[in-house]
Amino acid sequence: MTDHDLRMPCSEADVRKLRIGDHVTLQGTLFGIRDATQIHMFDKGRNTRFDLNGHAVIHTAPNVRKVEPSEQFPVGYAPLCVGTTTSARMERFTRPLMKQYGVRIIIGKGGLGDESLKAFADLGGVYVAIIGGTAALETTWIETIEDVDLDDLNPESLWKFRIRNFGPLRVAMDSHGGSLYDTVRRDAAGRRAAALASMGVRG
Amino acid sequence: MIVDLAVAEETAKLLYIRALKLLPDDVKEGFARLDAGESDATAKDVLATMIRNIDVAEKTDNLLCQDTGIPIYNVTIGRNVDVDGFALKEAIRRGCARATKEYPLRSSIVHPLTRVNEHTSCGRRVPVINIDFSDTEDELLIEMIPKGSGSENGSFLKMCIPAEGVDGIKVFVIDKVLEAGGRVCPPTIVGVGVGGTADLCVHLAKIAATRPLGTSCDDPDGARLEEELTTAVNSLGVGPQGLGGDSTAFAVHVEMAATHITMNPVAVNIQCHSARRASATFTPDGIELGF
Repeated sequence: MTDHDLRMPCSEADVRKLRIGDHVTLQGTLFGIRDATQIHMFDKGRNTRFDLNGHAVIHTAPNVRKVEPSEQFPVGYAPLCVGTTTSARMERFTRPLMKQYGVRIIIGKGGLGDESLKAFADLGGVYVAIIGGTAALETTWIETIEDVDLDDLNPESLWKFRIRNFGPLRVAMDSHGGSLYDTVRRDAAGRRAAALASMGVRG
Repeated sequence: MIVDLAVAEETAKLLYIRALKLLPDDVKEGFARLDAGESDATAKDVLATMIRNIDVAEKTDNLLCQDTGIPIYNVTIGRNVDVDGFALKEAIRRGCARATKEYPLRSSIVHPLTRVNEHTSCGRRVPVINIDFSDTEDELLIEMIPKGSGSENGSFLKMCIPAEGVDGIKVFVIDKVLEAGGRVCPPTIVGVGVGGTADLCVHLAKIAATRPLGTSCDDPDGARLEEELTTAVNSLGVGPQGLGGDSTAFAVHVEMAATHITMNPVAVNIQCHSARRASATFTPDGIELGF
């Protein structure tokens, strides 16, 4: 297990170095993306003016406050509470997000599936697990909301956060076919029969 | 007792914000209990982050989780309470919308077909307002639950048949916990509804999922089933966030209703580790806030 400190954007080589169980802390820029954002980008043909190449995205729709635009809050949004949503719903967007936009890191909770794992191997990417339901803590790692696109989808806009010491987070799926979720799922499925037998369920 | 509707509106607003910020003591104790019994190093680490987050939320006066949930208000009206029920529902709805606008909270509520968000946390039939009655004199209870969507998506119903018996119920619960994995933000409270009609069964599962930790089903057979299922679920190794470990669920809760001779329905509704609740009890002496 290795600790990594990555300034965004990063290269394919940077991401290929990451292995499941490693810890990673991100610096610089992080993009927030969610169901509606990706439905509009990939099903409804909308484009973003942001360059996501080599970047990390987090599955999120934050709580924000509208404020007067200022140096501190350039687009008039102050972050109030930024957390993470369940990633599994967005499984089918992993490959296009990587292929069309060059995204290298997806941060979320609960894990992604086999298709994403294959995309990470083919194109060079990782899934990084953040602890769901710990938004108060995550918010302390966000410096500001630098920019926003597709804001008619608010709160599921495409958010550009400036981050500092975002982590440490755990690499849960890597570009070498490793998935912590697969390991746990297989192990848990193997314990099913014993769990049922413990309650007297006839097999 | 006459209920002041302006106060009820203000309370509905306050309860939504309070629920999003302060985790009930029974859930905090649940974390301490799981942490003490956890044998997996990664799981220990994940639980520590969750416990730290509860502290950060209190110290920074912030929301525990970004998900403001689907707002649910459970209203229990005691005897001799003088209230215009329709007006009370309207007051609660206004309070919910004001919490969203004035705090401001993320409105997580959209039209189910157009997906349009009115940014009020309200919409058709939302907030969910459940009304019930109790035999308590001069008391009105409002409980607010911001039900997180990650765990609400872990909801399942099966119309088992009588021949499947209690075994059918047990198999269903275990399989749904396995299927939900880390998506429902474990450690969870697994709510199980048994019996009733299809809709009542699912509603019972929600009551079970949102019941305080440390409480038991008031039917002895139901209470035994809770104990068996809690032990079995925590033997699966799903662990906090689905990353492995002993702490898959704080508890499995069961709520029951009588059912038909041809039926054996079972429902699962899951509550995430951010098991948020807030309540206000109105009496002639004033309003007391709790969980």
